[in-house]
Formats: sequence, C-alpha cells, structure tokens
Amino acid sequence: MQTFTYYPGCTLRTKAKDLDAYARASAEALGIGLIEPENWQCCGGAYTSATNEPATKLSAVRTLMAAKETEGLVTVCSACHNVIKQTNYDISRNEAMAVKVQRYLGLDEAYTGETKVYHYLELLRDVVGFDNLKAKVVNPLKGKKIAAYYGCLLLRPSKALAMDDPENPSIMEDFIKAIGGTPVIYAQRNECCGGYITLEDKAQAVKRSSAVMESAESMGADMIITACPLCLYNLKKNSGGSLPVYYFTELLAEALGLKEVSNE
Amino acid sequence: MQRIGVFVCHCGTNIAATVDVKAVAEALSHEPGVVVSQDYQYMCSESGQELVKNAIKEHGLTGVVICSCSPRMHENTFRKAAASAGLNPYLVEIANIREQCSWIHKNIASATDKAVILGKAAVAKVHLNAPLTAGESPVVKRALVIGGGIAGIQTALDIAEAGFDVDIVEKEPTIGGKMAQIDKTFPTLDCAACILTPKMVEASQNERITIHSFSEVSDVKGFVGNFTVTIKKKARYVDETKCTGCGLCTEKCPMKKVPNEFNMGLDNRTAVYIPFAQAVPKVATIDPNYCMMLKNGKCGVCSKVCSVGAIDYKQTDRFIEQKYGAIVVATGFNPIKLDKYDEFAYSCCPDVVTSLELERLMNAAGPNGGTLLRPSDKTHPHTIVFVQCVGSRCDDEKGKPYCSKICCMYTAKHAMLIREKYPDTEVYVFYIDVRTPGKNFDEFYRRAVEQYNVHYIKGMVGKVTPKADGKIDVQASDLLSNEQLHINADMVVLAAAIEPDKTARPLATMLTTQMDTNDFFTEAHPKLRPVESATAGIFLSGACQGPKDIPETVAQASAAAAKAIGLLCKNSITCNPCVAHSDELMCNGCSACEKVCPYGAITYQDKEFRMPDRSTAIRRVASVNPAVCQGCGACTVACPSGAMDLNGFSNSQIMAEVDAICK
Repeated sequence: MQTFTYYPGCTLRTKAKDLDAYARASAEALGIGLIEPENWQCCGGAYTSATNEPATKLSAVRTLMAAKETEGLVTVCSACHNVIKQTNYDISRNEAMAVKVQRYLGLDEAYTGETKVYHYLELLRDVVGFDNLKAKVVNPLKGKKIAAYYGCLLLRPSKALAMDDPENPSIMEDFIKAIGGTPVIYAQRNECCGGYITLEDKAQAVKRSSAVMESAESMGADMIITACPLCLYNLKKNSGGSLPVYYFTELLAEALGLKEVSNE
Repeated sequence: MQRIGVFVCHCGTNIAATVDVKAVAEALSHEPGVVVSQDYQYMCSESGQELVKNAIKEHGLTGVVICSCSPRMHENTFRKAAASAGLNPYLVEIANIREQCSWIHKNIASATDKAVILGKAAVAKVHLNAPLTAGESPVVKRALVIGGGIAGIQTALDIAEAGFDVDIVEKEPTIGGKMAQIDKTFPTLDCAACILTPKMVEASQNERITIHSFSEVSDVKGFVGNFTVTIKKKARYVDETKCTGCGLCTEKCPMKKVPNEFNMGLDNRTAVYIPFAQAVPKVATIDPNYCMMLKNGKCGVCSKVCSVGAIDYKQTDRFIEQKYGAIVVATGFNPIKLDKYDEFAYSCCPDVVTSLELERLMNAAGPNGGTLLRPSDKTHPHTIVFVQCVGSRCDDEKGKPYCSKICCMYTAKHAMLIREKYPDTEVYVFYIDVRTPGKNFDEFYRRAVEQYNVHYIKGMVGKVTPKADGKIDVQASDLLSNEQLHINADMVVLAAAIEPDKTARPLATMLTTQMDTNDFFTEAHPKLRPVESATAGIFLSGACQGPKDIPETVAQASAAAAKAIGLLCKNSITCNPCVAHSDELMCNGCSACEKVCPYGAITYQDKEFRMPDRSTAIRRVASVNPAVCQGCGACTVACPSGAMDLNGFSNSQIMAEVDAICK
C-alpha cells in the first residue's frame, strides 16, 4: 500500500468536515494510506505572497518536512494546497531563503523542496489513475450533469502548481467522467467566487458567485462540485442560485458506495 | 628584421573618449620591430588610408597593425590599402580597441592599458604573418530560392529577369504562400489574389524559373558560388508531367472530410486535392493520411477517372541534386498557435477566430463565398470584437517579445471592410498601442476611426466567455476611462502574433547561417547589409528575417535578388586564403579533424613516406581541400598531434598573442 502524509488544514476540522471525512474514507477504499502528521499547524495562509519574508514560509516548510518519510504530501483544501505547493516551489529555487528558514527552525540541514506535493485530485489522476478509479466505482453517477468549479487558486499560479492548464483545465471533468457523471463545461468555472471579500463587501461576493452559478445553470448543470471550502460557502450563501453545491469528495465517496445517495 | 607600422584610430570620440590614443601610439612605438607609430582621427577615411599607404612606402614596412574597430568592419578596407601600396594584404593585423575596449569600458586609465595590451598582441602576431595569396573559385550561374510565397516569387522573377536560371523550392503543393490566403491588402484595399496570381503565373511561365513544389531542401554542401543542394521531391502520388489540373479526381474522390488547410480548417476538402483554383502548378496531390487507397488499398476512384493516367499510387519521395552559386532564403512566417491563450476561448468557441481565419471567412473563394457568417450557426454577426497583440509584445514565455508589426494595419483593414459591407455591425478594437508607421498607413487607420466609426478602445481583453444563448461575453478594461467593460459580442477576432516557419531552424543549421532567439534569420549587418546573411552566398528575403508587410517584403525580395545577381554576374570569386593545412609528417591519421569539420573539407589519403631508418612506409594522413575549407579553425584545435594549422591564424601566432598579453 502506498502511504502519503495527509494535511487536512484548519477549515477541514471546522466548516468543511465533509471534504475531509470522505477524502479519508475514499482513500482507504482505493488502497491509499493517509497519515496525518502530529501537531500540525496552519498551512501559512495568505502570507505566502510576502515573498521576501522567511517567517511566512516556516509553517508550510514544517508541514513539508513532516512528509519527508512518505511518498508525498497530500492536501485537499484548495487554499492549503496553493500555499504549500507555492512555498515548496519557491524554496526549491531560492537557496538563500532555504538557508534563512533553516536557521529560523534550527534544522540540521536546509529544506530545499524535496517533498512532492499532491492535491487530492492529482493523487486520483497520477497515483490511483482515473481508469482504476472508474473500475472501483460501484454506484456510478449516471445521467448526472455535473459542473466542476475550479475557482481561482486551485490551478494558479500555473507554473508553481503545475497541475493543469488554468484557462482550459480537464482534471475535474476527467474525475467526473471516472465516477460516471457527465461533465458540464461552462465559462466561469475557473473564475473567482468572491473569496474573502464577502466579509468586507458582500455585494461584490454576491456578484461574483452569482455569475458562476448562472453560468453553470445556463449550460444545464444539475449540480456544482468544488474542492474549496470558501468557494462552497460563497456559492451556497451568496450566489442565490438553485443548484446544489458539493465537495468533490462527497461524490467520490458516493460513487464508491461509502456514502448514502444524496437526494437533493 | 621586421619593420612594423602601428596606426591608432580615434574613431571620432568612439575610441578617443575612453582610450588615450596618443598614449597607446607612444607605448606601441617601443615594441620590437615597430618603426613608426601614429594616431589619426578617422583611419578608415581617404586621408587616413593615405597615411598608412605613405608610411608603407616611406618606411618600407613589412607589417601593419591598425588599432581600430572590429576586423568585421574594416579589415578589408585596410588590406586593400596595403595591397595598393605594394604590401601583401595578409600582413595587416587589426587590434579591436573599439567594440572590445572603448565601448565596454568607462575608466580611461584601464581602457588605455587594455588597448595597449591588444596592440602589443597584434604586433607580436604580425611578426609571424606570412604573405598569402588568395585563389579563385568559379561561380555556378544558378540561384536557389527556398520558399515560394510572395518573397520567393519576387526574388526568383528578378533573378530570372537578369538572365540567370533560378529554382524555387516550395514545401506546399502550390506556390503563393500566405498572400494567396489574404482577401484584401492594406492600405489600398486592392484584392490580394488579383495582384499575386499574375506573378505566380509569370513565375511558372518564365523559362529560366523551375518550380519544385511539394519539395524540401534536405541537404546543403559547399560554399559561396558553389553550393550542392539535395532537394527532396515529396511523393504527391500524381505525375506532375501528366496531370492537366482538370480537377475531375477531386470531384469524384469519396473521402470528402479532410480539413482544408487553405481555408484554415473552416471547411473540408477531398483526399486528392488542388489547394485552390489559381494554384501553381495546377496539379493534384494525394494526401496519404486520408487516401483510402494508400491507407488500405481500397478505392482507386481517382485513378479510374483520370483520363491522362496521372495517378501513381506507387510514387515515392525522389531526391535530386543541383549546383547553385547563390541561395536565397524566403521561408516566411506563420501565426502562432493559440493553445496557451484559452482566456480568449479560442479552443472551445468556434466564433472566436484568428485574423487569418477571418480573411478566409470574408474571401469570395472562402467557405462562405465571401459572406461574413459566424462559423457556429452561419448567422450574420452584429457585434464583432477584435483583440490585438495576442502573443505579441508579451513579457512571458507564452508569447513573443516582439511586435508582429502587421496586425494593427490588417485589423484596421478588417474593421473597415466589415463596416463598409455590413453597416449594421458594431466593431470594437482593443489595442495596447496602435502602430501605423508607413506610407498612407496612419491615414488608413484614421479613416477606420473617423469615417467608419470603428470603436477603438485602449486596453486588453481579460476574458472571453461563450454563453448558453450563443453570444460571447467579452470582458475588458478601458484604460483611458478606467472602466470595466462587458461587450455582448457575436464574434471575436484574435490578432495572433506571427513567428518564423518551423522549417527555418533546421534550414539555418544546413546553411550554417545565424538566427536570433526568436528563430528569425540574422542579417550580416542590421543597417548596412540587411538582406545578406553572415554566411557568404546566402541571402534573406521576406518575413524569415523579421515581421514584414507585403510592400516591405517585396522591397526586400528585390534587394536580395540584386545581391544574388551581383554574385552570379561574376565568373569567379576570390577565395579566403586563411585555410587549414596539415603537416603530413606530424599527422597520425586519427580522423579527429575530419569529425569536427563542418564543411567536409578534410579527406584522408594513403601516402608513401621515407622513414628515419631509410625504409618506406605507407601512412594514412589528412589532406584539406582549400576550395571547401572556410578557415573556421575547428580542426586545428581538435588535432592532438598539432599537425593541423591555419594560414593567418597559426598556432605559433596565437601563442605569440597570448604571450604578449600575459607578459
């Protein structure tokens, strides 16, 4: 059995318990071992954009180091994935920063990006394989027209995240096909949901998330799936739309027969 | 005893502002063998050259050192001056104290020191210079033009007009290139086909021009005046000499679902095809990727209907070899692929098209017979958005760093033509800058804005979103009014950047010519030799050298032809005497030199030698063909026994220079 270090992140312990629980259950069913590191801390949050400050890297590096003994580090929250992978990318290209971080953390040797970071979707695509996943599906989501919502930061910046084409991605559509559903391509699938701006200027978040919802509705989708807790929040609370919104792990678990079929 | 003259040039202030030229002349006057050392403001001028000539005669000089600009600039000038004063031209050495010294230093003291050292090295070298005599080699009176677009056609016509045979090699089944696909030309709005197709016919009817269509250059050997080129005539499965171009095979071919390249894939053609009605040569070609007979042996319809028996399924690629005195490269350009620009929805929305696709959509011979209709539902578009600089002036590796130059003008042309023909259509153009230098160009653009009311908006489009109702939402910023815009469009046209054709890079390797980082061919001098490559006998025509519109391309094509004609007019050309030679007694026949020679100038011979014990032995030794050797020096470096040496740049001369620098 392949074993990976699994980093849930703060939101998955509070608001996004479904994203977490079904990710773990599905991994087990697919023969992937996920080990949660002890005493994990915040991923580093929005601080990564302060490129010159080593303090902003410490938290992510601590997490990355914890995964050194396993095959890689798996995250499922879009934001955690974005922060940790960007830090890993930056530090592998910036020796001076790696040395500063080493001194801050009191490490014996500098960490220079050795850990491979996977988003859970990449784990499904590159480790499990969508064909193998398809073979293990017991409850295919036949006839369901599913709109994949990538949001802004699952794929960007594309050079650092190296996951898929940020303007014309296919990883979630391929996932939907693997679990038996029909992917719906719509224009707003990789646009911003409004993000944290909902705290400050709710009208903006309403405008953004409604545009996403309307775009998916107009192309005939039955539901929207996402990997991001904040996207899910905005689409549910701010978009005013009628489509149900799920985490992709919920549908994965459903297809694998690990969750009761939703009747929404 | 050598008598050496040193001449230090000020080059106005180019050298003198950073290098104390008088101090250099003074320091070099004390070098061994130097009998005269002078400085002068412009050594390359008439009076500067007189100074050198008089000194040669007056002091009976046996060697001359000029401290000036790069030898690429004026070595020839001073060699000629020396020769006219009776000194062998190869006894002149240049110390480059401009490009390699004054231009790159700021400190006068250290620049002066360096200039003195470079001068000393040249003096040390000239002590060992031997007089050389240049041989002559004949010029083959035939030119090759690679590429049959408007550039290649114009060059070939001009060379043929001057009375020389010329061959055009074109990789497509017909000549004509990009211009054949264009509908109208700016700034006169005359029909492209009406001015191009007569030239195509003229080229095919000219007795001195041979067109090798559907052919590629596969090998180039030799040197200026005497190139040997292998041309691959790709199998077209149709006998060119028999086919009359009647087109019956193309009507009857059952395989009708082949994307039509000439119409940018907007409609289909058959597997056996003639690219367009005015194709030259008007000969059918079978596409082996789609022909059912060639793929699985089932069909043969074209062979049955052909009344002259021109179809030949067994045809294979043929190779022909031909000698040429001059080669003109005219490989042209292509629009870039837009797969990295999915924010413009090009790959997912059929109503987002490139400008070249729009040319076909508006062309009378295009897929809609000249009526502008949306590709998706064949309805008339009422709002059209043009996006300029898609991939041009780009600061990341997605696009090109340069301006593609032609897009501002053809976009203005498209906008104007649409407004003229369909006044009920609103046209928006998003631009970074509108660049319209050129005769009658800015007037043309202003007409689009002022007379035709095209909405020009400074700003870039951020996102193109196809909507469920078939409309396209174009989100953009208007930088002048600082507003976010949403335009509900029916069609979006992308002005894709242009790049050199993909065949240019391997061709440059075959021709040993230089390219820049964008794969445009590099001219010998950006201002003074714009149509010659740095390799003698290779000339550049059209967009292979940089983005160009049609008038500029034609001007350059004729200029390249003039240069080629100048070469072909000569019966023979002076060879470079600075070639390699092998000391047969030292050569051990290891083949190291033969392997590194890029020109194939080195061969091996078995020769009889008398050994020290008076016996004779047969030994394998290298010998250099001086007519083929270009004097690059690769062999002298590779030779492990030191047997290879280069005239004018001998190992001992190089070592003397190094010693002088290190002293």
